[in-house]
Amino acid sequence: MPKRTDIRSVLVVGSGPIVIGQAAEFDYSGTQACRVLKAEGLRVILVNSNPATIMTDPEMADATYVEPGTPEFVEKIIARERPDALLPTMGGQTGLNTAITLHETGVLEKYGVELIGADAAAIRKGENREQFKEVVEAVRAKIGHGESARSVICRSMAEVMAGAARLGGYPVVVRPSFTMGGAGSGVAHDEEELRRIAGVALTFSPTTEVLIEESILGWKEYELELMRDRNDNVVVVCSIENLDPMGVHTGDSITVAPAMTLTDREYQIMRDIGIAVIREVGVDTGGCNIQFAVDPATGRIIVIEMNPRVSRSSALASKATGFPIAKIAARLAIGYTLDEIPNDITGQTPASFEPALDYVVVKVPRFAFEKFPGADPTLTTTMKSVGEAMAIGRNFPEALQKALRSLERKDSQFSFTRGPLDGLLDAVRRPTEGRITAVMRAVRAGASREEIVEATRIDPWFVDQIFLISEIADEVADAPALDAALLTHAKRHGFSDAQIAALRGLGEPDVRRIRHELGVRPVYKTVDTCAAEFAARTPYFYSSYDEESEVAPRDRPAVIILGSGPNRIGQGVEFDYSCVHASFALHDAGYETVMVNCNPETVSTDYDTSDRLYFEPLTLEDVLEVVHAEERAGPVAGVLVQLGGQTPLGLAQALKDGGVPVAGTPPEAIHLAEDRGAFGRVLARAGLPGTEHGTATSFPEAKAIADEVGYPILVRPSYVLGGRGMEIVYDEARLASYIGESTEIGPDRPVLVDRFLDDAIEVDVDALYDGVELYLGGVMEHIEEAGIHSGDSACVLPPMTISGEIERLRASTEAIAREIGVRGLINIQFALAGSVLYVLEANPRASRTVPFVSKATAVPLAKAAARISLGATIADLRAEGLLRPRGDGGTLPLTAPISVKEAVLPWTRFRDASGRGTDTALGPEMRSTGEVMGIDAGFGVAYAKSQNAAYGALPTKGTVFISVADRYKRAMVFLAGALADHGFTLLATEGTAGVLRRNGVEAAVVRKHRDGPGPDGEPTIVGLIHEGEVDLVVNTPYGAGGRMDGYEIRTAAVARGVPCLTTVQALAAAIQGIDALTCGEVGVRSLQEHARLLTSFGEDVLG
Amino acid sequence: MTAAVLVLEDGRVFRGRAFGAVGETFGEAVFSTGMTGYQEILTDPSYHRQVVVMTSPHVGNTGMNDEDPESGRIWVAGYVVRDPARVPSSWRSRRSLDEDLTAQGVVGISGVDTRALTRHLRERGAMRVGVFSGPAITDAAAMLGRVRAAPEMLGADLAREVSTAAPYVVPALGHPRFRVAAVDLGLKSMTPRRMAERGVEVHVLPSTATVEEVYALEPDGVFLSNGPGDPDTADLSVVHAALRRGTPLFGICFGHELLGRALGFATYKLKYGHRGINQPVQDRITRKVEITAHNHGFAVDAPLDGATATPYGRVEVSHVCLNDGVVEGLVLLDRPALSVQYHPEAAAGPHDAGHLFDHFVAMMGRR
Repeated sequence: MPKRTDIRSVLVVGSGPIVIGQAAEFDYSGTQACRVLKAEGLRVILVNSNPATIMTDPEMADATYVEPGTPEFVEKIIARERPDALLPTMGGQTGLNTAITLHETGVLEKYGVELIGADAAAIRKGENREQFKEVVEAVRAKIGHGESARSVICRSMAEVMAGAARLGGYPVVVRPSFTMGGAGSGVAHDEEELRRIAGVALTFSPTTEVLIEESILGWKEYELELMRDRNDNVVVVCSIENLDPMGVHTGDSITVAPAMTLTDREYQIMRDIGIAVIREVGVDTGGCNIQFAVDPATGRIIVIEMNPRVSRSSALASKATGFPIAKIAARLAIGYTLDEIPNDITGQTPASFEPALDYVVVKVPRFAFEKFPGADPTLTTTMKSVGEAMAIGRNFPEALQKALRSLERKDSQFSFTRGPLDGLLDAVRRPTEGRITAVMRAVRAGASREEIVEATRIDPWFVDQIFLISEIADEVADAPALDAALLTHAKRHGFSDAQIAALRGLGEPDVRRIRHELGVRPVYKTVDTCAAEFAARTPYFYSSYDEESEVAPRDRPAVIILGSGPNRIGQGVEFDYSCVHASFALHDAGYETVMVNCNPETVSTDYDTSDRLYFEPLTLEDVLEVVHAEERAGPVAGVLVQLGGQTPLGLAQALKDGGVPVAGTPPEAIHLAEDRGAFGRVLARAGLPGTEHGTATSFPEAKAIADEVGYPILVRPSYVLGGRGMEIVYDEARLASYIGESTEIGPDRPVLVDRFLDDAIEVDVDALYDGVELYLGGVMEHIEEAGIHSGDSACVLPPMTISGEIERLRASTEAIAREIGVRGLINIQFALAGSVLYVLEANPRASRTVPFVSKATAVPLAKAAARISLGATIADLRAEGLLRPRGDGGTLPLTAPISVKEAVLPWTRFRDASGRGTDTALGPEMRSTGEVMGIDAGFGVAYAKSQNAAYGALPTKGTVFISVADRYKRAMVFLAGALADHGFTLLATEGTAGVLRRNGVEAAVVRKHRDGPGPDGEPTIVGLIHEGEVDLVVNTPYGAGGRMDGYEIRTAAVARGVPCLTTVQALAAAIQGIDALTCGEVGVRSLQEHARLLTSFGEDVLG
Repeated sequence: MTAAVLVLEDGRVFRGRAFGAVGETFGEAVFSTGMTGYQEILTDPSYHRQVVVMTSPHVGNTGMNDEDPESGRIWVAGYVVRDPARVPSSWRSRRSLDEDLTAQGVVGISGVDTRALTRHLRERGAMRVGVFSGPAITDAAAMLGRVRAAPEMLGADLAREVSTAAPYVVPALGHPRFRVAAVDLGLKSMTPRRMAERGVEVHVLPSTATVEEVYALEPDGVFLSNGPGDPDTADLSVVHAALRRGTPLFGICFGHELLGRALGFATYKLKYGHRGINQPVQDRITRKVEITAHNHGFAVDAPLDGATATPYGRVEVSHVCLNDGVVEGLVLLDRPALSVQYHPEAAAGPHDAGHLFDHFVAMMGRR
């Protein structure tokens, strides 16, 4: 069936900011969908509040709305654009929920918009637990296979006991009905536990009703990715097996594709169930993901759940197989059938097939528990990882070891030392980050296969593979010498040069030299969807120590772009954005672009982003081998290390030392910016003030510096991204404990001690420098005061209060860029304290804010940076039209739109062992996972939009609770008055209320949490928040030592979804937003329209 | 560790380790892309005299069980894998793959760059191969000479080597509705089971069965099974008899090739065949695509579009492989006969095409 002719325009709903569980994979999916729909000649309208995405690039859609993805805003967009159809399946749960709301409230019908890709009834059937159970029962009736976990609803303890008996034994899961977030639920392993848990659960449930369900913890877990077209053709794109058994969220599990431990009989039954489910649910066109549990003792299959949309797993499956699920789902949604869509990779066969893999794919999660002290690191059914790395190998050990080293984390790779078994088997019983390495330690300590299987419930085949790796480690360690056969054997099982070096007591370079002398080098195989049955025309490569390489020679010079690896807090999708832009720009400029990355969630690892893709870890060894392979294939113009964040930057010097041509800013310049002493000399030469600071390797040294510069001070380890370990220290006692707690401090890892500038305004600058000319990309004024990590603070562009400083900022930026020797992008953080402009730090690389600045000013900075790195000048790029012909981001007209960036933090995800949430106070260590952008003609609306997209709408009426530290009370009085003028009822704790009243602002006193409820049951503020009596919380942390006081308040606010402002400046901005919201209708406008305004008004004013 | 060498007739050599029995073996080198179902592949008589290369690197993970074999023995002439399992893991596993290969004297090789070998076969076509391990390894020229002296697949008459020696009956499950005479040209055990599930009593006959022997059973339908070898060598008298008498006829794989030849079409050898469980086959009438199991090195040469007049009436190509346009099914418009080149019985493979057995049963019901 060919394309439908009745759809001429489609609205695509994106997933918004990156949060845990909904991350860059939706940029990948959404970008694919937009590109496909545009190529089909449809008008594409996109809404996504996340500026750090490729999909929100103006060229990906005809009208790109960087607006909140809420039903309210999407309706405004529909009213303006009048699309024929809405594609809801590309934007994760967020996009799906918005679309369903618009359907249920009649908005889609009102504007004649058709939901395509999945209909509302199908979405409900797939997502509603009860309805899905019925689906599974219907499937069983039809094909005789598939069931849900058995369960019994009980209303008394007697019924509970009888129910447990009927389920046939322990453990059982107890779930109280109608409670949120799993409160009161638990797993009972025996009758006594069941009585205890069910007793509590019965009281928790408002209906005194609990569900007793058979436990499938420890069962084998599988996923299938399916696609269906409107001619009822169904294909299974990929099977995925979780190494971690049931009980760990699949996003937090180590997963393997294809499934490794199923016979064809069992696999085909699972496939039959999957196909029957997708038909029964009624997903007419598009993809879905279905999860299964398999009893390892009997093979009984339970269908757990399905997602009727593209997902993290579908992104992984696409990368694992070369079958682009989102791209094909978009084509199916507009009427094509699978047999009408070509398989891009072979070019000659259709998409109506099931990929065959001749390799193994392993995905490992990356966590960030260190950012959330006190959070419980046990892995459960709630996803906690912030990113993932994928690796491809010709066998499981190779893929696993490559994946583990792709995590770029200390101790993520296996080490093969031998220690005592003490407690290790108990430790691996509990799933946590890095359990796989603990399993290896247990193996090394002498645990048997059976003991490991019993403790972890990991399938015996996988356990044997761990033993195999351990045995090869012994062979490497015990051999008289490293010969080619042994090295090849180890390499075929994924051992890195570093691991071999450790086993042999050698240095990594020694192993590499020996290996190269023996001619043991990887070959590169192609991901081709068909196990070599047909020729592949897409160069999507992975390394393996096999015989034959498939890298073809080429004539055009190549540029190798190093990506940013797994997403983590501080290094996320923003860096992928810059890498992708570099690839596009350099391809257009006539280079062959070669991407190296190991993050399956990203656009950069899409096989059609670059001319060649190497899905490889970003370690020195792996990158050197890719460069070697490409140098043999043809000329290499350079390797780009500046765009992927700290990961590639950290390799720059070693690559150069290895004879690799590093493009753009040289490694020595990177060192100048990163080394505190060297950078101090740079500033001195340029005549610019930095903060007073020093470098310490011990407490006495740190104390001496602190005494000299005065408290408060900012302390942090050197060479970190995202403010890891950074803290504001107010007194000597805390300084002593900070140094004491920091395990990584040593002579070659010093701690940096800076004077901390209280009350300074922080400013971020992104600029391009070509050696002659500076192009100021954008100047961002932080909304919060200095001391909050720039990644976590809100900022506004153009700056609202410091526009008089732009020429001084430009001159300082140029002086630093010149002194360092930048050729490409530089990001500088300044602090304006009084009239002194301090330079806090400079990063000669693409920063986190590059995509935001590019969208706010309609100039592709990363593209320009890539070109400059390869020798183009700013003058050339102005002439080409890539940069503005005159002026730059520092000379925006007064009519320019105002863009606000706001950070999104994962507070609700992390709980301590007792189930309490973690604190929401911001600090110098970055904790946000993503960001949103609000753009409008004025600041107030732009800020309100950013809050709406990040956390929910600002209230325009209701009750505000205010509690601030003494030093903010003066500033607060005026703002509290403004809130009262708006008609808000004010609540405050005693101290704050007193100050407000003395200043003529009425505020009711509310009890503190630590005082508990009053004698007549008067609630505390925490109680009020929990009861939904508070609409806005303003609570600042209390400086030295007192930071925990507001903990309960902020935690309650997060739990209830009440906006919580933790700085005075944020409140000031919020009041401007509330002003704007109360003044009238908030409009929406596409980036393309903003850009036209910038250009048409701009050119007259600029220059 | 015992060394092993794989020598192709064009002189290319791959080195690896012995797997299964140690010794030497010869056959036609073919590759299979299925990621599951090695036990079914090994025991499929259609692989007789073929050395099978598994493109999936890990083989043997679920061991060998007693339920999944497609015949009473392993038929492949040799087995080429990259990473054989050391420990099988499945609640149904009884023995390891290595044990079964060794016990049945099947010579294999592991540790080979199976992808390079597959690409070679794809580009050069299926060809003769020898696998030598342990003491069987001699000098390169001698091994190559032995490979080149081995018989070729083109022109090979193999059905009688794999067929049952004596007739036997697979009873219908439940009340028997129809009786089918199934000519065993290399029959897989799942095929009569699929018919039995539909109330068919299946009388399995040796490949040498005569028209008289077939019709002595008074069958409601005649079934022609899959099997190894070149269809050009087969006797077609049973096919002609069934067509002439209008007995409902169903052929699978080799059986399909025989129907094609009986209708006057030629058969030809594909460059490297179809072997896998992910092949898209389109029904030419409904346009629906099914994912199907394939194992064929030969194909029928028939015009894709329109009906062709034959002595038995008009015939159409009912199914085609979307990967390469190869004829995958034939249907007679004027008589009750149909055949498919692929495997609706699956085992291993998807069950998408299982309804073809319903068509066969329906044809018998219409008589």
